[in-house]
Amino acid sequence: MAISTNALFAIKPNKLLSALFGSRLYLMLVGFLLFLAFWYFAVDVWRLPRFSQMPGLFTVLKEWLNPDPVYGLSLYTAEYYTHIFASCVRVFVAFALATVLGVSLGLFMGWSTKVREYVFPVFEMLRPIPILAWVPLAIIMFTGLETPVIFLAFLASFFVTTLNTMLGVDSIDESYFRAAQCLGANDRQVFTNVVIPGAMPFIFTGLQISIGVCWFSLVAAEMVSGQYGLGYVINTSYTNVRYPTIIIGMVTLGFVGYATSAMVRMIGNRLMQWRMREIAMSNS
Amino acid sequence: MKTRGQIRIKDVVKIYDPEGAAVMAVDHCSLEIAAGEICMIVGPSGCGKTTLLNAIAGFHSINGGSIHLDGEMLCGPGKQKASPGSDRIVVFQNGALFPWKNVIDNVTFGPVMQGKLSLAEAKDKARSMMADAGLSGIENNFPGELSSGVRRRVEIVRALMNDPAVLLLDEPYRALDSLTKSVMHESLLDIYDKNKVTIFFITHDLQEALFLGNKVAIMTSRPCKPKKVLTVDIPYPRNYSVVTDKRFRELMEETSEAVHEEAKKSFAAGEREG
Amino acid sequence: MIRSIKKYLTSSSTRRGIIAVIIFLLFWEICSRFHLWFGVQVPWIGKIPAPTSVVQAWIPLLDDAGYWSNWYLSAKRVFSGFLFAMLIGIPFGLILAINRTAYGIIFPTFEVLRPIPPLAWVPASIIFWPTAEMSIAFVTFLGAFYTIVINVLGGAQSIDQRYFQAAKSMGSSQWDIFKRIVLPGTVPSIAVGAAVGMGITWEVVVAAEMISGGGSQSGGSGGGLGFFIWNSYLGGSYQQIVVGMISIGIAGYISSAIIRSIGEYFTPWTRR
Repeated sequence: MAISTNALFAIKPNKLLSALFGSRLYLMLVGFLLFLAFWYFAVDVWRLPRFSQMPGLFTVLKEWLNPDPVYGLSLYTAEYYTHIFASCVRVFVAFALATVLGVSLGLFMGWSTKVREYVFPVFEMLRPIPILAWVPLAIIMFTGLETPVIFLAFLASFFVTTLNTMLGVDSIDESYFRAAQCLGANDRQVFTNVVIPGAMPFIFTGLQISIGVCWFSLVAAEMVSGQYGLGYVINTSYTNVRYPTIIIGMVTLGFVGYATSAMVRMIGNRLMQWRMREIAMSNS
Repeated sequence: MKTRGQIRIKDVVKIYDPEGAAVMAVDHCSLEIAAGEICMIVGPSGCGKTTLLNAIAGFHSINGGSIHLDGEMLCGPGKQKASPGSDRIVVFQNGALFPWKNVIDNVTFGPVMQGKLSLAEAKDKARSMMADAGLSGIENNFPGELSSGVRRRVEIVRALMNDPAVLLLDEPYRALDSLTKSVMHESLLDIYDKNKVTIFFITHDLQEALFLGNKVAIMTSRPCKPKKVLTVDIPYPRNYSVVTDKRFRELMEETSEAVHEEAKKSFAAGEREG
Repeated sequence: MIRSIKKYLTSSSTRRGIIAVIIFLLFWEICSRFHLWFGVQVPWIGKIPAPTSVVQAWIPLLDDAGYWSNWYLSAKRVFSGFLFAMLIGIPFGLILAINRTAYGIIFPTFEVLRPIPPLAWVPASIIFWPTAEMSIAFVTFLGAFYTIVINVLGGAQSIDQRYFQAAKSMGSSQWDIFKRIVLPGTVPSIAVGAAVGMGITWEVVVAAEMISGGGSQSGGSGGGLGFFIWNSYLGGSYQQIVVGMISIGIAGYISSAIIRSIGEYFTPWTRR
């Protein structure tokens, strides 16, 4: 979720600090540096009690950039990319399925009161059950190792997408429906020309949340039952006492998660040119 | 002389939430609007005038009375709610141009959806009508990029593309500043001059009403019915110099007392917007 | 009041909802029992224990103190993690909203760490914290923390500039502006963030309970509804799995409802 800093206010900017460190990029780098420095110092220099077992910053970096890594995973090993690919494929399948089914169901629930009245109560009954609570059931229901994992990621995504899509239809101003009716559009035309485009902003916000949730559930599922994949890497690195690899796994997850989220956002911006221009107008 | 667009509102009653709070919005309201007339409905906020407009358009049902258009019943006994159609098109208060379609797609929406014109034909007609209204060159813009005055005019062109019998305007210029408003007024009269469609225009601005309309109905506060109906006998075409004319000022004097009285009642009752 | 309850009960929308739930349960029951009657098993759904058997397994549990202690343990973890997330997250978010320098330094790092799912932190958390309980608490905290901070920031940003201008023109001090405009202005977003955060917290708690109690890690802290489910799976009592799932669903729903009403209490101006 990108938050523009244009609208931020400062009640009382500290005059000295602002004068010295005004630029945004500068601040961002300062932030990263502080974080990394803290990590380095806490583990390697001061050797704070809590941090004694944690892998140090340079240990992790050396491992990650090592053509022949001690624990078997680095930017240079093929296995690293196998795991990334495995997780990504699962997310892709789960997310695609959840989007297609979720958006369709959400649109129908928003459009037709009847459908909503029948479906929503059952939907809301199932939604509060945490995704991980489905793990045993998923293992029982589906054979193989891949399907349960994908199912769990799918389920999480599905709930979020459906709900947001439905809310998206709800958010469309009544006037647009009325205008379309006045202009002689029939039901199907209203659906294609008002409901779908009108709900798009909400749908895409929902999709960004949805992909986050998809990753969340996938990692959890992989940690509990899976082979290959980043969640699996993190889990087994722990049990096999390969601590630096845990961090590598986490950082990789962060990157990949962010990248997929950004992709969803970019696709949304492309499809909703009208909104981008509208926002640009109001900001100028 | 236009022959379509005669509206006959007879004894209309509208009650919201009949089994609950039972708020009467319209109380046995009767009004006759001739074909091709500009009828201005003036009244305080919340008095029920939008309800009347919505009843004509087919968005609300009525509980009593009837509304006829050119002799045919829109709604009344046996049919509580009119069906929305392109013979009565609404221009909404906050504008309802589809933000996700550009101007030309918006304007051609009506005829294309109804299959009356092919897309190419519709676009041609749209371009000439927009040029008539002084709106050339914006056809590929999105509504979000245009000023509200321009958006309003585009919306009116969108409506007129369908050759409606009646144009229903619900305080369309309410959110505009008074400078833009006066330009809008002259633009509207210009369009009227070319199209002679019946106009049912809701406003709370008395000066706007007297400038634009040839029939002005001043409504009571809720529940609404016509308190005073008069004909503005200033000839068309009108331009803004008319506002300082003696006849105009006479009409203002005649009517502002009535409007003010109802506004005070409304204020005392603490009306909410609408 | 009575009239509106009656109206609710007899309305067509309630009727349809009830019909749908009944059909759902019937469908489930039939699919689960299918193989008993027809010899062929319905794929996927057919393997789930039937609703009636679930109810049968549940009734004795209602008397079992162990079952309820699982409820208590999970709820305890959820609420303490959630509380910490609120206590730390709200001030954190407010500081970021107010101070441009702090925002510039801290937010990018925050955003870089955010895509890492809380559960990915579990091993690191176990290494770091002395007890398993604390490591679960930390991960739980993380889950809700991100959501709350994002919502506080979003809320503070969306406060209409004119409120500030009005306050300043009436001579407010900085502290006054904070207390009377920023704080109340962000409360609705905090309420939303809290409700969403609560849902996430349950997810994380259940996941952590299953992972630390049932995954490959040893030394799980034991107990909790997530652990209950995993244990039931390992022990082969599939009906109990479903009992556990439904229990968590109910617990989650109740918690969200509580948070929602607290939120509504603090934002009276949003009621109509």
